[in-house]
Amino acid sequence: MMKCTQATQLLSERLDRNLTNSEKVNLGLHTAMCPACRQFGKQMLNLRDLSQRYVKASDASAQDK
Amino acid sequence: MTQALSRSNEQASSQLFQDTEFMEALRSQMLKFAILQVRNEALAEDAVQEAMLSAYQNIERFNRQAALKTWVFAILKNKLIDILRKEKRYTNVSLLEEGAGRSDEALLEDLFNEKGHWQKSERPKKWDEPDHDIENSHFWRTFDVCLEALPAKHSRYFMMREFLELETKEICENEEVSVSNLNTTLFRARLRLRECLEDNWFIGENTP
Repeated sequence: MMKCTQATQLLSERLDRNLTNSEKVNLGLHTAMCPACRQFGKQMLNLRDLSQRYVKASDASAQDK
Repeated sequence: MTQALSRSNEQASSQLFQDTEFMEALRSQMLKFAILQVRNEALAEDAVQEAMLSAYQNIERFNRQAALKTWVFAILKNKLIDILRKEKRYTNVSLLEEGAGRSDEALLEDLFNEKGHWQKSERPKKWDEPDHDIENSHFWRTFDVCLEALPAKHSRYFMMREFLELETKEICENEEVSVSNLNTTLFRARLRLRECLEDNWFIGENTP
């Protein structure tokens, strides 16, 4: 079984490259049994989404002045 | 809706460009920072000039002043590292490069046990709808701080990938770095950013 250290790296890398079939299978098996890594995977997507909003949101709506 | 949104984005970025007060203030902040690091005004000026150029080249991507500022400082830090390397001033280089916090190795040891599984206390928690927070300037300030805390190379690669939305191939060619090296650095950047946000926003006290 894949370790969390490997799973988390793949959960990041899948945002940057296509995973191989065996990586996908092994990662799927791991996350099916590991809620922490499942959560981590969601947060990787959240980070991407947040970054895009961070850059594009206009200051007017994000200012506290 | 989408059209209106993109039009307002365009307006925002051209405003950013024309906001000479903001750009001047940014320049003078950068210059102070650069002089402090390299202790040579002429070299500092050059580095700031180059970093500002990258800001102008990418300005249409940024609607937020804070985001542009974070980006331009990441570029500047890297220029300064190059200068310091040439002068062989390694103490300053490593300070800029590694940031003030833990090394990657130390971070990994803190997060995972010897079997390579999450430490119990470090397991990622469920984040409250980040959607809910994006109108909240406090959240974005935390985001700023967490980006700022990344080591120079991490933040530069991360921003190229996630802010400028460049493909892996483009970054590797630009930075003369291997794909696996880039992927690992991106992973570590995300690991740190995730950790920082979770500790300082999603878990901590997040009411203003």
